[in-house]
Amino acid sequence: GEDVIASERAAALCNACDLSGKSLFVLPHTDHLVGYIIRLENAFYEHAQTYYYTEIRRVKSHKEFLNKTTHQLLFVRHQFKIAFFSELKQDTQNALKNYRTAYNLVHELRAHETNMLEIKTMAGFINYKICRLCFQHNTPLDAIAQFRKHIDLCKKKIGSAELAFEHAAWMTKQFQAFGDLFDEAIKLGLTAIQTQNPGFYYQQAAYYAQERKQLASVLCNHDSSVIYPNPDPLETQTGVLDFYGQRPWRQGILSFDLSDPEKEKMGILSLQLKEKNVLHSELIITLLSNAVAQFKKYKCPRMKSHLMVQMGEEYYYATDYAKALKLLDYVMCEYRSEGWWTLLTSILTTALKCSYLMAQLKDYITYSLELLGRASTLKEDQKSRIEKNLIKVLMNESPDPEPDCDTAAVKASQKLWADRISLAGSNVFTIELQDFIPFVQCKAKFLAPSFHVDVPVQFDVYLRADCPHPIRFSKLCINFNNQDYNQYCVVEEAYQKSDILEQSSQGTMCLVPGKTRKFTFKFVAKTEDVGKKIEITSVDLILGSESGQCVILNWRGGGGDAASSQEALQAARSFRRRPKLPDNEVHWDSLAIQASTMIISRVPNISVQLRHEPPALTNEMYCLIVIVQSHEDTVAKDVKLTAGLKPGQDANLTQKTQVTLLGTDACDESFPALLPDIPVGDLQPGEKLEKPIYIRCGTVGARMFLVYVSYLINTVVEGKEILCKCHRDETVTIETVFPFDVAVKFVSTKLEHLDRVFADIPFLLMTDILSASPWPLTIVTSQLQLSASMTPVDQLESYVENVVLQTGESASECFCLRCPPVTNASGVATGCYIISWKRSSPVESVPVVSTVITLPHVIVESIPLHVNADLPSFGRVRESLPVRYHLQNKTNLVQDVEVSVEPSDAFMFSGLKQIRLRILPGTQQEMLYNFYPLMAGYQQLPSLHVNLLRFPNFTNQLLRQFIPTHIFVKPQGRQADDNSIAAA
Amino acid sequence: ALVGVISFPPQNYPLYIRSIPTENELKFHYTVHTSLDVVDEKISAMGKALVDQRELYLGLLYPTEDYKVYGYVTNSKVKFVMVVDSSNTALRDNEIRSMFRKLHNSYTDIMCNPFYNPGDRIHSRAFDTMVNSMMMQVC
Repeated sequence: GEDVIASERAAALCNACDLSGKSLFVLPHTDHLVGYIIRLENAFYEHAQTYYYTEIRRVKSHKEFLNKTTHQLLFVRHQFKIAFFSELKQDTQNALKNYRTAYNLVHELRAHETNMLEIKTMAGFINYKICRLCFQHNTPLDAIAQFRKHIDLCKKKIGSAELAFEHAAWMTKQFQAFGDLFDEAIKLGLTAIQTQNPGFYYQQAAYYAQERKQLASVLCNHDSSVIYPNPDPLETQTGVLDFYGQRPWRQGILSFDLSDPEKEKMGILSLQLKEKNVLHSELIITLLSNAVAQFKKYKCPRMKSHLMVQMGEEYYYATDYAKALKLLDYVMCEYRSEGWWTLLTSILTTALKCSYLMAQLKDYITYSLELLGRASTLKEDQKSRIEKNLIKVLMNESPDPEPDCDTAAVKASQKLWADRISLAGSNVFTIELQDFIPFVQCKAKFLAPSFHVDVPVQFDVYLRADCPHPIRFSKLCINFNNQDYNQYCVVEEAYQKSDILEQSSQGTMCLVPGKTRKFTFKFVAKTEDVGKKIEITSVDLILGSESGQCVILNWRGGGGDAASSQEALQAARSFRRRPKLPDNEVHWDSLAIQASTMIISRVPNISVQLRHEPPALTNEMYCLIVIVQSHEDTVAKDVKLTAGLKPGQDANLTQKTQVTLLGTDACDESFPALLPDIPVGDLQPGEKLEKPIYIRCGTVGARMFLVYVSYLINTVVEGKEILCKCHRDETVTIETVFPFDVAVKFVSTKLEHLDRVFADIPFLLMTDILSASPWPLTIVTSQLQLSASMTPVDQLESYVENVVLQTGESASECFCLRCPPVTNASGVATGCYIISWKRSSPVESVPVVSTVITLPHVIVESIPLHVNADLPSFGRVRESLPVRYHLQNKTNLVQDVEVSVEPSDAFMFSGLKQIRLRILPGTQQEMLYNFYPLMAGYQQLPSLHVNLLRFPNFTNQLLRQFIPTHIFVKPQGRQADDNSIAAA
Repeated sequence: ALVGVISFPPQNYPLYIRSIPTENELKFHYTVHTSLDVVDEKISAMGKALVDQRELYLGLLYPTEDYKVYGYVTNSKVKFVMVVDSSNTALRDNEIRSMFRKLHNSYTDIMCNPFYNPGDRIHSRAFDTMVNSMMMQVC
């Protein structure tokens, strides 16, 4: 706007081009370029819209002059034009409406053989447009309905019978185009389902393509002498057709009558000859592979397999045998695993043809094996033919061609076979059988799940052929996990080439159809394999010979193939009674594979006995006597004994259990819980050996002990001398109990129970040993070890030395102790009590066990005043009884003490009845009384009362613990020189 | 044309398969086999929730140009499949359903035979007669 020169130049440009200023669009090279472009676009769009609108108006105006009877064709044409312009105008709704009208008009046309192709071509175009718009409008069901209608209307409109392949081609095209549209819609977001997806349309397209091929092969099988007509009736002057779907040799002719039959004939011939050159198989395979891709997406594995079979077959027709085999091989296993034998057989038959035509030896043999097998549904005569061919191949001859093969291809393959055979030196093939269903079945079975090493291992291999004729094999060998055994398990028979077909069932190596053949094998296991599993890893059956073709049929494990596990299951379920067979024959179904066995050690011929006296007592050296006696016929060498705690129990037990051979000394924690491999030497036949084992159990409870005796011995198996290792083990559970219970109590010097002791005041410690052992115990000695805070009042000697305790008996001791004052209020360690004891058993050398019992802590309390009394042990009536009370001040203070004595009925007394006195720290005061008993018997003494002014807590209750309250008074005795009698 | 099939789980091999006319037998077998895709899908879609009140008849499995394939599955997952000519419009859904029921009853009779081992291919004269009469009715 600003630039004056620019606007002048623009005006000049408009003038020159005869344009209005509005129609000039400037695209400045600035940031707002996008905005300018949109403006320009809108302007173009508007122009285009106006253009198409006027075009539609123009066509519509033409249409008004049309007449239904004479202008039928033009009706379709105009309607199509309107629809097409609407589409370009981006008015899809109207476009769809007009296309639909056009489609209906097409089918109103009078159809005749001459214009059928034109009608179908147009119908196809319009249908395509409608379906496309429906998908675009996201109404896929409308699209499908339209397509179904279209197909139903046109399916029967074949047109010229001589050109029927054209109709099939057209049908193919319709389905394929719809499939493409559908697929495109899916790519744009439409969701398809399993039963409605593009795959079905591609599949149907492929089906029509197959039909086209078939029709072409019938209609276009002209002799090679027929030459393409000249001039070419398909040639037009312009090189193109004026109208789609018309015949080039009669363009624009609307009449249904054929004006020139000769020209017509030439035209048809040229079309037929052209069709002959079409590569039908390629078309079919492309469509099928499109369908496969779709069905894979929509969870149709079986449909996919089916289409792949068709693809394979089509490759076969297209003589691309390698690809055919690849596809067929791929899907075969699915049909096999699902057990659809008819379908499998059909696929295998095609595969066999392919492998024959390619002269692929291994494949040819593999497919033959399965076609002869029990899963094949072929007729007997076919099987017989295949078996004969197989035998020919094994004898290094060319097989007969498969039926229904192309003769030219057969010729080529015969040459291939001849080459292959002349080239053959020794061809060895290994065919693994477990993945398919061959005509020979195999089951290997060990006679037992385990064998002792001194017994030969036996197993049977059962073979059975399902082919129509007997077949010989040259070798049967079994492979084991330990390959050393392989050499013992081979059956071999040399035979002449010509014998292979001999119908005799006499030969050992001949399998008669329907008969189960048994081969028995036997070998001696190696002593190293004791405890190991012997497994059959594979069974090899060799067909043919080294000189011809040699085929190794290999079963993994003990036999079985793709179908045998299902058969075994069915047989196991069956209640059917099997007919009785001669003794040497078995029912195949009743055989179960047993491909492995265990080698276990020879049964020992010795006895192991244990002699002991349970239960064991805690910490004692418990004696377990092992008695081994040989019952072998020869000397048992290298006898070894393993004894001790059985492994695998609680880990704590291992630490609390010790085992030793020496019973003289007590052992400590460092000893092991298990003594392995104690050499005992050799054992002569009948010899008996006793070996004591000592066990110390530190804790109570049950323990399992293991006694394991192993030895070596020579034996002869099948004339072969082997050195066997034998062993016998015994386990025993031994209970451990406490030998005795020890009870400890503190008592005062008056033998009264104390829950606490007083500093510096003597008290008594009483111990009580109660035997809990079922066997008599000898207490060798006992010992009191006092802690530093305790001091003995007198000698600490044992009173229970050499005491023998029976069950339930007890032994008691008593020690007088004193405890100096302590500050610790919680308690004072007393020390420990050590009891040395042993079982009073007849065995001399039982070591003494020391059991340490930690004594309880005791609370020590100090008291301010201690009173003790000196008085005789008894009194006598009317005899003076002197009593001396000692009052000891135990504090650091001067104490004021009030002492009083309360009289008693039984006594008269002299002394201070009531006094108040002072006692200096650490000193004592003596109070002397003279009691005079008046009555005999157990009498209460006059009671002493002490009152401490500083310690009100010091009660007479406490005082009673120290001084006696009663005394026994004897009556006055009569004396021989009694003065009183004399006086009387 | 009609094919009566029972396929036995879990391998889905055919226990019984018959077709009239017999010349295109292989194609029928393939059709029946491929239809199991749809049956499997329908069974898995039904889920385990409503086992008791489940409809055994699965209806039209999928239409092809030439045939209609119908399916039926028993509670023990034995599948029945019938293939009928597309041109046969006289057959209603109800009739198909009752035919399946007949087939199911007949199969149950076979299963009740103590000498029949479940999973064996069916060789029963009674079953053959029933299938024949059904085929006569359709063709």
